[in-house]
Amino acid sequence: MGSTERSEQPVITKGIDKFFLNFYDILKFVLRFFKEMFTPPYEGREFVRQCYYIGNKSLLLITLTGFITGLVFTKQSRPSLAEFGATSWLPSLISIAVIRALAPLVTALICAGKVGSSIGAELASMKVTEQIDAMEVSAINPFKYLVVTRVMACMLCVPLLMAYTGLVAMTGSYLDIHLNEQTSLAIFVQNAFEKISFLDFFSSFIKTLFYGFTIGIVSCYQGYHATQGTQGVGKAANVSVVISMFLIFIEEIIIVQVINMLR
Amino acid sequence: MKPFTPEIHWDETVISIRDLYKSFGQNHVLRGVNLDLHRGENIVVLGRSGTGKSVLIKIISALLYPDSGTVNVLGLEVETLKHDELRDLRLKIGFCFQNGALYDSMTVGENLAFPLRRNMPHMSKRERDERIATVLEAVGLSQTINQMPAELSGGQRKRIGIGRTLILRPEIMLYDEPTAGLDPITCTDINNLINEVQKRFKTSSIIITHDLACAKATGDKIAVMKEGRFIKEGSFEEVFSDNDELIREFYDYNFIQ
Repeated sequence: MGSTERSEQPVITKGIDKFFLNFYDILKFVLRFFKEMFTPPYEGREFVRQCYYIGNKSLLLITLTGFITGLVFTKQSRPSLAEFGATSWLPSLISIAVIRALAPLVTALICAGKVGSSIGAELASMKVTEQIDAMEVSAINPFKYLVVTRVMACMLCVPLLMAYTGLVAMTGSYLDIHLNEQTSLAIFVQNAFEKISFLDFFSSFIKTLFYGFTIGIVSCYQGYHATQGTQGVGKAANVSVVISMFLIFIEEIIIVQVINMLR
Repeated sequence: MKPFTPEIHWDETVISIRDLYKSFGQNHVLRGVNLDLHRGENIVVLGRSGTGKSVLIKIISALLYPDSGTVNVLGLEVETLKHDELRDLRLKIGFCFQNGALYDSMTVGENLAFPLRRNMPHMSKRERDERIATVLEAVGLSQTINQMPAELSGGQRKRIGIGRTLILRPEIMLYDEPTAGLDPITCTDINNLINEVQKRFKTSSIIITHDLACAKATGDKIAVMKEGRFIKEGSFEEVFSDNDELIREFYDYNFIQ
């Protein structure tokens, strides 16, 4: 009994220590990002390259997923509205759902999977093969070159991709409504935007800005602090996706609460 | 033995290390290291894996910081330097990593151009290309300029790694296991290249290795490390005339290999 108590106590203390040390490390990493972001020289070329990669990597998947989301959501909603003879409300319902929730979430989750894992694995691989150290000893600031550019590219591209997802989802929805209700494009657009306010667009933009920051910073942190050789590369990619997705849902809850208070 | 007599300035110390200690948790890696590297000299640090050799050169280049002791490089105390001072100092120190550490997403030419673009933004493209050509010629791999690192052999990667370091014209070279994992003929090529770099670019070097052939071919002085401190220093002949068990073990192992 006594020996059990002696062995358990340090494990708990060690766990708490580790939690606070990790938290401190993450906080330092985030603060360093903001400091380096506003300090010249600016890595414009690498930032543009990263934006291209992020957009390019996710575009096809986002097109497919966005289109299917709009189409399926319309098909699923029609029977319920038809019971009340309210199928003419479909465009409004879909636009509210897509712009307020579906487009930001679908975009963020796809980017967390595609972009987050890719950034996590790339930086982890650079870390374990000493490429990051090689930059440091060549008097190049690897944090600015690798981390700041990627996080900023995520912060720019996720909102842009969200706008694109919304457009594609609404296209999918329109096609279904047009084929079933013979609604013209002009009426569809008019109905869709009737119930949408500036606050809806603005809140979605703010949400995706946070999601982009989360995906970028989490995956860069995991990659930048990778250990254990090639095993660490896989772990960094995996943990980047899991933590990013978890944080995206937490942020969604918080931001929705704040927006509802403002509404 | 070296094919030439190096020009060593015994009155000028480029690296001076005093009472250096470094631990990772309960693992005491360096336990009171003292070392002087003179201008133009090549010092080989010999020792078994885990004796703290790589940690020593990582501290010199400020990739790690010591728990206590001082590291003076070109007259500057490394651990007290501010960000910009450290950046300037790093331009004078070349660090060659064990596996080359080439940037995977760039061609050989881009790997060499990258440190120049970042550190000398006002250098013209013509000047940059000339410098890249000179370095590639020096490491004997001019034909690889458009190849990706994945297409190179282990020896070629190390040569390009040395070239990328030389591109900034450093005064000091730090080699981390330059011949590890290479066949004997490629090892000889790398040893010759290290000597060529010392002669042509007038560098002072610390070479971390456990390869006696490399130590003998490149070192003006050998320092044998055991359990975080130097147990023997001197020329190759002086060190290996000793009957210390570890030194004999080292010699016998390398001889059998």
